[in-house]
Amino acid sequence: MKFIDEFRNKEIAQGLIRRIFEISTRPIQLMEVCGTHTVSFFRYGIREMLPKHIRLLSGPGCPVCVTPNRDIDLAIALSRQKDMLLATFGDMMRVPGSTSSLQKEKAEGRNIRMVYSPLEALRMAKENSGKKVVFLAVGFETTSPAIALTLLQAHNEGIRNLYFLNSQKRVPPALRALLQSEKVQIDGFVLPGHVCAVIGREPFQFIAKEFKRPAVITGFEPLDLLQAVWMLVNQIEKEQAFVEIQYTRVVHDEGNPVAVSKMDQAFQQDGALWRGLGWIPESGCRLKDPFSSMDARQIDADVEPSREHPGCLCGEILQAVRTPPECPLFNTVCHPDHPVGPCMVSIEGACFTYFKFQMNPA
Amino acid sequence: MCLSVPGKVVEIQNNMAKVEVGGVLRDVSMDVCPDVAVGEYVLIHTGFAIQKLDEKEALETLDLLRRMAEIR
Repeated sequence: MKFIDEFRNKEIAQGLIRRIFEISTRPIQLMEVCGTHTVSFFRYGIREMLPKHIRLLSGPGCPVCVTPNRDIDLAIALSRQKDMLLATFGDMMRVPGSTSSLQKEKAEGRNIRMVYSPLEALRMAKENSGKKVVFLAVGFETTSPAIALTLLQAHNEGIRNLYFLNSQKRVPPALRALLQSEKVQIDGFVLPGHVCAVIGREPFQFIAKEFKRPAVITGFEPLDLLQAVWMLVNQIEKEQAFVEIQYTRVVHDEGNPVAVSKMDQAFQQDGALWRGLGWIPESGCRLKDPFSSMDARQIDADVEPSREHPGCLCGEILQAVRTPPECPLFNTVCHPDHPVGPCMVSIEGACFTYFKFQMNPA
Repeated sequence: MCLSVPGKVVEIQNNMAKVEVGGVLRDVSMDVCPDVAVGEYVLIHTGFAIQKLDEKEALETLDLLRRMAEIR
């Protein structure tokens, strides 16, 4: 068992597609919340194989895409300071802020580094004791344990020059906001399997209990996606609403309690600003009091006033109100080589994914 | 960004493990997955194991899918 190839079996996939056609009778819109799911649906060609009346909508599940300009502008302002080293995940480098990006700043000589793990930022802090190291921390609950553990380790080791520019987000409050806004009809949710690997099923129960919509916690291989679509169609056709787990090899009801306890040790729930969705209560977190001296927002910085590119529809695309091809900038002004909005930058952004798989089918 | 990959734990020392992913060994923190043994699979995200993979559940899912797809 390698946990990958087994879930890419063509014969089983074809059988599942037949089962979906057999039970699906009505037009529905399903939202895949997670950008990784959007990529998988395209990559394995599943969108084309499903009944035409099943429409898949991409949700706000790309942490890079939902990071507001305000935070990118702050990171840029900090990177311009003397004796400053800024570290972040690769995708954040190219996201345009109001007038610049971290990549442009790096080209102009700022000390900005791309990391794979937050632990690398901790190592940089140890190796550069004369500098301030700021880690621009983006991510959903999948990434939060890694950020929490890095923060706790730095604190325990008495490292005083590592700061966190915290722009982490929590998924369940964003889905509540989407459901409350009623801007788009969502008949069922494909829920993010790796967020749920950490926080479990409970935080998503409100989708079924309060909003009467079915949801399925789903893995990322083709058979996972097909099984989840079948489970959602089955619930919708029977007019049921439960939060089911398809990804049982990874997700348990309670998630990973050790990871959650580390997150709780480091972070306090707080409101957060999302690109497109605006301010959402309890959808973010801040550093708990014992660690407040590690909060990069306390560092004085000369930040430019934030502004969005006129015409960019990323905000509406993140809410699934519009699709990427509906944006007038898509594949004209905005292109993976010269992205205008974050959804065209991130390899899991909806615009980049549409561009990659629809404009240039393999 | 929630991409995570499964890998096989081949060695554990204190809270760090060597985990094999596609023939390559990676150093992975086991801080939030303390109850994993050598030979088991974990899901890796940004240098951390975030969850253990359950082989029994995986086999049950595949068995169910084969029956749904009517493949013997």
